[in-house]
Formats: sequence, C-alpha cells, structure tokens
Amino acid sequence: MMMTDTSISLPHGASLRRDGALERLRLFGLSSPALLLVLVVLVIPVGWLFYVSFIGANGQFSLENYERMIARKSYTRIFITTFQVSFLTTGLCILIGYPLAYFMSQLPSRWASLALITVLVPFWTSLLVRTYAWLVLLQKQGLINQWAISLGVWDEPIKIVHNMTGTLIGMVHIMLPFLILPVYNAMKAIDHDYLKAASNLGASPRRAFWTVFFPLSAPGLLAGSLMVFILCLGFFVTPAVLGGGKVIMVSMKIVSNIELFVNWGAASALGVVLLALTVAILWVASRFINVANLSGGGR
Amino acid sequence: MPAETQGVSNLTTLLAKALPITVRNITKTYGAVHALDDVSVDVKSGEFLTLLGPSGSGKTTLLMVLAGFTRPDGGSLKFGDDEVIRKPPHLRDVGMVFQNYALFPHMTVAGNVGYPLRLRKTPKAEIDTRVEEALETVRLGGYGARHIHQLSGGQKQRVAVARAIVFEPRILLMDEPLSALDKKLRDQMQIELRHLHEKLGMTTVYVTHDQREALTMSDRIAVVNHGRIMQLGTPQQVYDKPANRFVADFIGDSTFLPVAREGSQIAFAGTPLKLSGTVVPSGNVVLMVRPERLRLATADVPQTANLFEATVANVVYQGDSYLMYAHLPGGIEVSLRGGIRGDAVAELPMPGDTVTLTLDAADTVLIADDDD
Repeated sequence: MMMTDTSISLPHGASLRRDGALERLRLFGLSSPALLLVLVVLVIPVGWLFYVSFIGANGQFSLENYERMIARKSYTRIFITTFQVSFLTTGLCILIGYPLAYFMSQLPSRWASLALITVLVPFWTSLLVRTYAWLVLLQKQGLINQWAISLGVWDEPIKIVHNMTGTLIGMVHIMLPFLILPVYNAMKAIDHDYLKAASNLGASPRRAFWTVFFPLSAPGLLAGSLMVFILCLGFFVTPAVLGGGKVIMVSMKIVSNIELFVNWGAASALGVVLLALTVAILWVASRFINVANLSGGGR
Repeated sequence: MPAETQGVSNLTTLLAKALPITVRNITKTYGAVHALDDVSVDVKSGEFLTLLGPSGSGKTTLLMVLAGFTRPDGGSLKFGDDEVIRKPPHLRDVGMVFQNYALFPHMTVAGNVGYPLRLRKTPKAEIDTRVEEALETVRLGGYGARHIHQLSGGQKQRVAVARAIVFEPRILLMDEPLSALDKKLRDQMQIELRHLHEKLGMTTVYVTHDQREALTMSDRIAVVNHGRIMQLGTPQQVYDKPANRFVADFIGDSTFLPVAREGSQIAFAGTPLKLSGTVVPSGNVVLMVRPERLRLATADVPQTANLFEATVANVVYQGDSYLMYAHLPGGIEVSLRGGIRGDAVAELPMPGDTVTLTLDAADTVLIADDDD
C-alpha cells in the first residue's frame, strides 16, 4: 500500500507510467506485420488442414479418414516404414556425424573452416541434384557397382538402390549436416580447461571423454538427432527416388492420396497425424533441451 | 593414547602429504620465444612457493609443465625422488585450481568434488564422507546438492579448492585462483588459502601477477620474467633486497635515482650516500627509493639518514595515507607515502614548498642497473 502511495505522489509519476504504456503499445504495433504473417501462412492453413481432415467422402463431418488409418494394414505398414527409416537414418547420422564433428572441433581453426565448408557445400546443393546423383552412382551399371566388380569386392552387380539400402544412403547423406552443425557448435563451446581438469584429477583420456566431453556435447547431439528425426518423418524426395516404390513413407502416401485418389480428406488426416507426431516429439524433447536453440547447438 | 605418540603420527601423516619438487634446466620455446629459459628451482616439502611475474613471463607455462599439460623441450622434473617429466597429467596425482575454476557444469557440487574419488574407485560411502569433509574444509558444508551455476564466484572458487584437495594430493598447484574475485573477497580468500595450506601442509605452487597477493601468502616468491627466475627469496628478501632492477620495479613502487661512483663511495648529486651494510653491486648502480621509506625531515634528523632537498609538486589524500610527489634538484620526481593522524592533514606541505626528505641508511638500497 505504501508503495502505490509513494509512486502516485512522486513527481511526474502518472505521466511517466502513461509513457511506458504508450511505448509498449508502439512496440506491439511494430510486431503486428509479423503476427499477421504467422496468421496467414501458419494458423489459417493448419486450421484448414484440420477442418478438411474431418470431412468424409460425402462432404459431411466424419472420422472416417482417421478410422481408415487404424483399420487398414497398409497404413500401419507405412507408419512402421516411416519410423524405421527415420530411426535408422538418425542412428547412422549419429554414428558418422558425431566422430566427424569431434574431429572437426579438434582441428586448428583454418582447417576447421575448410572442413565446415565441405560439410556445408552439399548442404547448399539442391536436394534433387544430390538424390539423382546417388541414383547414378548406386544403380546396377553405376559407378559403385563397376568399381566394386573391377576391384573384386563383389562379382555380380548388387542391388543397392530402389530399396531400403539406397534410401538410407541418400537420406543419411542429406541429413548429416543437420546433425553435424549443432554437435560441432556444442563441442566448440566446451572449454578445454574442463578436459585439463578431468585429466589433472586422474581421468585417462578415455575416461575424460566419457565423463566430461560427451555429457557436455550431449545437448548438441540431442538437438541434432531430433532435427534429423523430425525431418526424416516428413521426407519425400529421397525415399521416392531412391526407394523405387518399395519404401513407402507417410509423405508419399499423402501425395498418392491427392494425385491418385483425389482424396483431400485422407491426405489432410495424414498431415495432421504427422504434425501431431512432430509436436509431441518436440514437447518431450523440450523437457531435456532448449528447443528454441535447435539449430544453434542447444546449450 | 599418550599425547606424544599422537603428535608423532600427526607429523608423519603431514610429512607423507608433502613432496618436494625439483625443477632442473626446464626449457620451452614457442618459435623464437623462450617461454622457459633453462629454469631450475627447488620447492621444499610443504612449502608455499609463488611464481610471480607479468603476463607472458612464463610463470603459467612453468605451472603447466608441473601439471603435465605442457611438454617442455628438455629438462628434468622430480616430485620427491620420482622423475615425472614424461608422466601424463592424469598419473601425476597433483591437485590443481584453475584460473576459471573449470568446474564441470553438468555435475553438482558434490559430483565435482567427488569426481577424483570416483576415478580412484573409492567406495561410495567413503566418497560421501570425504566430499562433505572437503566441503567443510572450505566452509561450504551442506552445499553438495547445489548446481554449479547456482554458486557465486567466491563459492565456485572454494569448490575448486575442495575438488583439488579431496584426493589428498601431495602437491597443489594454483593458477591465479583469485583473479576473478573482487578485492574484498580476494583479500579474505588469501588469508583462507594460507590457513588451508598451514592445515593441510601440501607443497603448494601458486601463480599470480599480483605482487601484494604474493607477498601476503608465500613462504618464498620466485619472480619470473622472460622465462627466467629473476630472484627467489622470502617476501621480505624480494621486497627489501631486490636482486635486480626488474624485481625492484615489479614489486612495490620504486623510483630509481642515478648515482655515481666517487672513489670507494657512491654519491647522489655530488653528496656521498651513507650506507649501512648495503652490498654494492659491481658495474653501474642506481639508488632504489620506495615511497613509504622516504620521510619528511623532522627537527631531529638521525645521523644515519641521507637527506634530499625537494620541491613539493602535488599532495594526494588517499584516506589511510597521503602520497606526496616532489621534485629533486635534477628534476627527478620521487613519491613519498606518509601516514595521516587525525587533524594532521592541515599540516601537510603545499605544492611549491621546499622540503627535506630523509632516507635511512638501512633503507638505502643500491641495485645493479641492468635495465633488463
């Protein structure tokens, strides 16, 4: 009570408070174009997506689009494949990307930027170009089969594309930068003195790595893995081209629902499920890491 | 138990905890720069030795060689009788307090302090007791469950010390551990660390660029510059009997006055200096004058004092003391620090006054003018 009394009796107290309120209003005004944009490109389309997903074939409100997903075996298989591809891609990205990021983080800065460029250049190259490049490399008469046969690694051309193997090779290649960059950032932020301290306290290099370096880089690894996994869930181009119709993921079913069956309701329902899955994963992850920093290294 | 035997057993544990360090001819170059130039020094068992020097002097490099993080180009390093120069850091068994503390941010306070014990496969129950003991030693009992980011700078410092002593290393290294603290806390921690050293008795090598800290804490100080030890001695020795101009200049405030040899005597501005037991170095010498050793002449000037006529240029009131700047006849500025008692401020000389400054013969120190 004392507080309010004094603030009112302070000279210019009322006018200063009015100035503060006015300033907040102006700031809100400045951000209104952004809010409008979010409304137009995010809230309205997603709302529309929800709406359409609940419209049945007869044009009435219905849950049939969702019921179909549960009832039909083919849908179950598609979801299993999607998760399978996403898990395997993420796992392979961790196995390849973490050591690579570690190596890069230990390089002197000049070499590190060079290594970073070799990671980023493919990242900036068109997705389609890279996917078709893999098709060329991996096909029966492709470079890899030719070389392997001429070197005697295997005798007959083997099938490494138009199947799960080809899909995974392409996906891992495309997803790798999404894992490496946050992991690399997290590793660069680890003070070398932590490792010195561990060593001084009696930790062998191996122990120091597992007890200090790895736990400190883990938020970056988690952020990168999450990013890769979520991107994989909705990925289309690479599995479509390199899977050869044998690896059907949710995104491809959405396309076929629209292009083949012109069933917008079914496609929308799949979209809603994919969106819900992504949000759920992010929600779980947000309890462990700062999701806002997903691209920046996750400290 | 009879008091006598208890005393003996305490003594043996104390002795077992400390190891002498023998550094011989350690050299380390980075390109053309001699970070360490043929350094040899003996640290006695249980001694608190400070490496004092400006940044880039090589003091930290020497500490890193002791810890095993820097591989020297050559030389020998012994802890007790063991040659350890090729031993990797994790096998050296020395405690270290890092400048930025290097506390693991993903562990609690107890996790940090218990880390070296877990590596040594100490049983869980013993870890808990020893961690709590170590935390109590640094007056942080009960803080085990806190996270590192919840601690203040001073608390982090204590945790770093607790972690460095919990596994009872026989040698403790500290790399400017107080430099991140504010002055008041720093003064307090200096005393605390000193007490801790007296209590635990481990051989301690302490790096700092703060001369007051070195003077306050050390048994002996090694003044380091250009990768060499310029002087090794007790705080009083390095302050009162600096071995060369660098040490005289780096520790304390000093003005150097040019003097000339006149026969067997040393003279300033034509007047021979009264010396008392001062060793006169060979070659060119300068007279070192410290502000607190100069005095304003009173009615009865002692026979043993050297006198200087001077003109007051400025008097600065500093609370606990005053600092007076005065010009000697040759135009050289000297400073004089004096105490202030009560209303004596009004009696201080004014700028422009001519005063007589006295310097006791015992405080008249001549330094070789190596100008290094």
